[in-house]
Amino acid sequence: MNTMKAENLDVSIAPIQADQVKIAVKNLDFFYDKTRTLKSVSASFARNRVTALIGPSGCGKSTLLRTLNRMYALYPGQRAEGEILMDGENILHPRMDLARLRSRIGMVFQKPTPFPMSVYDNVAFGVRLYEKLSSADMDVRVEEALRKAALWDEVKDKLKGSGLGLSGGQQQRLCVARGVAVRPEVLLLDEPTSALDPISSARLEETVSQLKADHTIVIVTHNLGQAARISDYTGFMYLGELVEYGPTDQVFTRPATPRTSDYITGRFG
Amino acid sequence: MTAQSATPTAASANGARVFRRRMANLAFQVFCIAVTGVALLALAGILWSLLSQGVGGLNLDVFTKSTPAPGSVGGLANAIVGSILMCLLAMVIANVVGVLAGTWLAEYAGKSRYGSVVRFLNDVLLSAPSILVGLFVYTLLVAPFKGFSGLAGSVALALLAVPVITRTTEDTLSLQPATLREAGVALGAPLSFIVQTVLWRSAQSGMLTGGLLAFARISGETAPLLFTALNNQFFSLDLRHPTANLPVVIFQFALSAYDDWRRLAWAGALLIAAAVLGVTLLARAIAKEPRRS
Repeated sequence: MNTMKAENLDVSIAPIQADQVKIAVKNLDFFYDKTRTLKSVSASFARNRVTALIGPSGCGKSTLLRTLNRMYALYPGQRAEGEILMDGENILHPRMDLARLRSRIGMVFQKPTPFPMSVYDNVAFGVRLYEKLSSADMDVRVEEALRKAALWDEVKDKLKGSGLGLSGGQQQRLCVARGVAVRPEVLLLDEPTSALDPISSARLEETVSQLKADHTIVIVTHNLGQAARISDYTGFMYLGELVEYGPTDQVFTRPATPRTSDYITGRFG
Repeated sequence: MTAQSATPTAASANGARVFRRRMANLAFQVFCIAVTGVALLALAGILWSLLSQGVGGLNLDVFTKSTPAPGSVGGLANAIVGSILMCLLAMVIANVVGVLAGTWLAEYAGKSRYGSVVRFLNDVLLSAPSILVGLFVYTLLVAPFKGFSGLAGSVALALLAVPVITRTTEDTLSLQPATLREAGVALGAPLSFIVQTVLWRSAQSGMLTGGLLAFARISGETAPLLFTALNNQFFSLDLRHPTANLPVVIFQFALSAYDDWRRLAWAGALLIAAAVLGVTLLARAIAKEPRRS
């Protein structure tokens, strides 16, 4: 058993230039009631890049993701301390308008979550909250979002059909389309392919790679191959700490810490 | 204790145990079937007497004429219409209160103390004797206004339906996946908006079933109406006055000495049973309905 204390490790902050930083996390602690699940995490997420968070179950990857749009605020007893700066603005500020914040940060979950309404209404749902578009403009926006999510060709003839009638992989891409339709600056993906078959996963990965042209993307994944394929930066988390963070090829080929090396070579986790 | 069936004595001992276990199993099965049979026989008896005595009283007059004086021709039209009106109004009131209360419990109350108290009181109300509810509404809406009314009857019925609807609403909303809620919130929508546009729609078949079951429950209630709506010999659509209704008419006519009144009571009972059966079947059909695609 490796008993090395994680705080002794050198947390290498990726060499991301200041003007490339979209989100900067500084000394972030997270608490479920009294349990501290994130320990002084600092990281920068680069604009128009894909950052992957990897690590064994329960290491805090999803928790970190859920602080970025303050999803945890739905649940009493969960709180974050520290700073998360998005374009220099601290999103942990108590007076932050959460609905507005979340309209700027899209999220896709592990299991597909289509709403019980038509494909079209699913995609238009978020747009209608903040923009008043003519029906022609809305049609354009819906098509654009579905094309971005690589779903348009499969659903263009059944836009009025229920979103629940699609296959699992299509439902997940529908959720991506719903997220990008509001043109968020950031997209958070929480293990988006873990419930999908390999072909659907591959299609979603392709989609993600194309989406970074317009969005800053943070993806939590258990699939190391996926992280290696689609991400520009990778963070390895363990027991609530960000153990290693850097350009993906460096983390995968020349990891700085033995713990990371053990994980990516499959010796634990 | 590790008896091997290799030796003949052990084998026969095991055989005895196996035989005893089989017998116990058989006895239990027979007992279960017998008890079920008794319950079904009682139910069949009720239905049979309802059908045999009720069908004879059914004719067009039942639906077109109002309750008669003994010996003259009449029907149940005033009671049928009164019952439908009061039940509808009660369901409107109960749905508004029950759905909102259930939604609050499921989405906002969480494990808070106030939430637990409301949940507990709702469970108490769920099993409150209906005659108490009738008396409560009597002191609240009948005595102060010095008159029985269909409105008071509706309120009493609504009070009986509210806890059922609150409970089923809370239960079905709690069954919706947390990620559905989060997915809506993640788009920047306030929770209240997600509840109305996504969660209610997602939970609609369960909530509708709860509403119909509540309707089935109140449609046969007599006790709360005795103190509130009372009865009315004449056809009326005005709920501000005493209002005829099937359960009270059945109560009065069934206890009377007149054959024609008793025939009408049977017919009324059959109508209520048919209505409840219809609503229950509808509820089952809706609950089973697959998601539209």
